[in-house]
Amino acid sequence: MNDRQQTLWNFMWEQKDKLVSQTVQHLGLTFTALVLAIAIGLPLGMFIARKRKWASGVLGFAGVLQTIPSIALLGFMIPLLGIGARPAIVALLVYALLPIIRNTYTGITGVNRDVVEAANALGMNKKQVLFHVELPLAMPVILAGIRTAAVINIGVATLASFIAAGGLGEFIFGGISLNNSNMILAGAIPAAFLAISLDFLLSRLQKLDMIKLKKISFVGLVLILAVLGYKLWPLMMADDDHGHDVSSIGAKLTAGFTPEFMGRQDGDLGLKAVYGLKIPTRVISDALMYKAAYEKEIDVISGYSTDGRLKAFDLVVLKDDKGIFPPYDAVPIVRQTALKKFPQLEAVLNQLAGKINDATMIDLNYRTDYLKQSPERVAKDFLMSVGLYKNPRNGNGEVLRIGSKIFGEQYILAQIYRMLIEGNTNYQVATKSGLGGTKICFDALVNDQIDFYPEYTGTGLLVLLAPAQSLLKEMGQDKEKVYDYVNKAFQQKYQVKWLKPIGFNNSYALMMREKQSKAIRVTTITELKKYIDTN
Amino acid sequence: MIELSGVSKRFGNTQAVKDVSFTVESGETMVLLGTSGCGKTTTLKMINRLIEPDAGKISIHGQSASDEKPEMLRRKIGYVMQNIGLFPHYTISENIAIVPKLLKWTVEKTRERTHELLEKLRLSPDCLALFPHELSGGQQQRVGLARALVADPAILLMDEPFGALDNVTRSEIHVEFKALEELKRKTIVMVTHDVQEAFDLADRICLMNKGEVVQIGTAKDLLYRPVNDFARQFLDGARLALEFKCARIKDLWELLPQPATIRNDAAFSKDSGGIKDRFQSADLSVWLAITYFNFTENDYVSFILDNGPGWIKTFNFQELSQAFYRYQQQNIHE
Ligand SMILES: Nc1ncnc2c1ncn2[C@@H]1O[C@H](COP(=O)(O)OP(=O)(O)OP(=O)(O)O)[C@@H](O)[C@H]1O
Ligand SMILES: [Mg+2]
Repeated sequence: MNDRQQTLWNFMWEQKDKLVSQTVQHLGLTFTALVLAIAIGLPLGMFIARKRKWASGVLGFAGVLQTIPSIALLGFMIPLLGIGARPAIVALLVYALLPIIRNTYTGITGVNRDVVEAANALGMNKKQVLFHVELPLAMPVILAGIRTAAVINIGVATLASFIAAGGLGEFIFGGISLNNSNMILAGAIPAAFLAISLDFLLSRLQKLDMIKLKKISFVGLVLILAVLGYKLWPLMMADDDHGHDVSSIGAKLTAGFTPEFMGRQDGDLGLKAVYGLKIPTRVISDALMYKAAYEKEIDVISGYSTDGRLKAFDLVVLKDDKGIFPPYDAVPIVRQTALKKFPQLEAVLNQLAGKINDATMIDLNYRTDYLKQSPERVAKDFLMSVGLYKNPRNGNGEVLRIGSKIFGEQYILAQIYRMLIEGNTNYQVATKSGLGGTKICFDALVNDQIDFYPEYTGTGLLVLLAPAQSLLKEMGQDKEKVYDYVNKAFQQKYQVKWLKPIGFNNSYALMMREKQSKAIRVTTITELKKYIDTN
Repeated sequence: MIELSGVSKRFGNTQAVKDVSFTVESGETMVLLGTSGCGKTTTLKMINRLIEPDAGKISIHGQSASDEKPEMLRRKIGYVMQNIGLFPHYTISENIAIVPKLLKWTVEKTRERTHELLEKLRLSPDCLALFPHELSGGQQQRVGLARALVADPAILLMDEPFGALDNVTRSEIHVEFKALEELKRKTIVMVTHDVQEAFDLADRICLMNKGEVVQIGTAKDLLYRPVNDFARQFLDGARLALEFKCARIKDLWELLPQPATIRNDAAFSKDSGGIKDRFQSADLSVWLAITYFNFTENDYVSFILDNGPGWIKTFNFQELSQAFYRYQQQNIHE
């Protein structure tokens, strides 16, 4: 425990500059969005408190906005606002709106009718009634809404890192991808601390209010938020400036890399060390990266070579001519205890060995990601086409648990395996798909929460085993060597077996828009480096 | 002067007020009396336009109420609410200062007027810094009254102003209220469902039922000349008390024993303990006069007519009852 703390503190100390700037970005995003949400939500709440017939419509709409998944919302925003702080603030604003509108409305409509009538009877006009009676009396409820919105915003702001807006999410999601607990905690602890302290401060304000502070409290709050937002804005925007005119040919190119790619030897670090590639880089979520490239917000992305979106968004892979991306052959990995418990399992899973190549996988991914076919249908069509499909036996044997990570390809593979098992054995199948990144999925396997899932040799090697540099050099790009090494190491270290490879290699790859690649004549990473150095 | 003519108001299917007309003269206290839900509050609120009538005319000092901006009209009309309605987030002094602030009085003027009113309403200046929830119901009611009176409006509308009080406190307050100098010059419309309160405070009473006016007149008119069964039955429950309230000592003056009856001085001073050198006013209602008697044969009280020296009569309870009985006979046969 002590050891762990030590290293966490060490990590935070080493990364203190980054930590401070991420915290500042985080607060800046939160406060700016909060101020805007108040500026919009408060008048809107006051409006529907006056014109009740609008209330259900406005509240319903804000409620619907609230239910949009954050990734989807950020996705919608890219064509409109690009990437960076702006769309992140708008997304936060959208989430903060409902509690503010709703509480303003209930606060005002909840004010004692007798008091409002007295105010009218004494000869106050509508404005005076609103500002001297209704708003002050509704203030505790309104502040509670602002408090809820603030806490929601601190949480959602971690997702800002998905679209290159920075914030503590960079550490949190980078840490999850890289299997680095210290990095996760270095982001999560400050984020939690911010949420708790903001909640506490606002709760104090809420109590003080009314009698002591009256209107002042509110004006003060808005002022503080405005000043904070104003002060932090330039800081936030600082890293938002480079490469806004990337779309025009000949101008500087910008890269958008995932947090995982940024921290890996076979990622950004390798690009720098082996190719000497120096490209302005922004951190962005895998889920939004392809779209951002398509929308010309960024030019070079760190995608996966079998991703269906390559086909959907007209992107091409740049050849890794110096070989820094190790092989990522997809292989089902199984806990050995599961192999004993389910004797027929290995043979069934190996039916798929060698059946799917890169092109087939891109096509299958394209069908789910772009044509929006369900993974079940894609899996069944595929099995039919290669003649492996059998109707389910509906057996009632033991329950086998299949895991998958949280992206399309893994969903398809999980469905294919399910159909193979149900068609060839009497086992029952439970699929636990969408288990986050590598770390979550692998932890689930080792801790007997799932029985197997598809993993990639490169991920096993670099993320889970992380061997010495010398050993990596020796293996280089040799598929067989890497496979043998991870299989042996996993059996010893984790009692997990790698079965036969499925056939495709989903490695990291740099990619660009096809048009741009043709226009500037860049097809390999070396050519990309040359292009950047001469422009 | 307030004039309502043919005023009606409907809420959905409820005809809350139907063709109501009456005039309140300057300086007069008109009480709107009736059972719960008969449209008293609605009628009152139409006077200061908290509710807009569907039909009919309302004029104040001869000017149509609808000609003026509602908030301007209201600043000139004091309003005491059924539920007090003090601002919970304002101190007592801030509550009282609401209208002066709207009228842009100086701080100094507001403070002077506030203190003057506090004294008249017998509220301690210590309460100025308190918040409404820190006062008793009766105190809150007085603050509500102060708030309505602060700008010295010529017209005062009061909706069950003593509703929150128990019966004993209420009749004490009535006496106090009647005595308030501040109120004597005002044109007052007051709402109540309590007949006794109406009799205590009204110059004239407007009896209402189901949104309509049943009878308008003095307490005596209602008591001895009801226009229909409803009006009669409405008073029946408290008839005796009302009759006591309605008659003043000076009304029975002629029926009381002549002053020639010289009393035994010793008995007089002994039994009426301390009252010997004081005389009660003959303006008192019989109802209040009774409270000065001990109901024993030797207990005499002296009353004096306000207009003229030497008009003193001294009698005991029995003599008073006899006079009152004969007075009633006269009224009924009138
Ligand atoms: N805003 C309103 N909407 C609908 N109906 C109303 C409204 N205000 C009053 N009413 C109805 O109009 C009728 C008269 O109401 P009003 O408040 O004038 O009665 P009231 O004589 O003051 O009664 P109370 O002694 O109970 O205060 C009642 O039937 C009441 O339900
Ligand atoms: Mg009423």
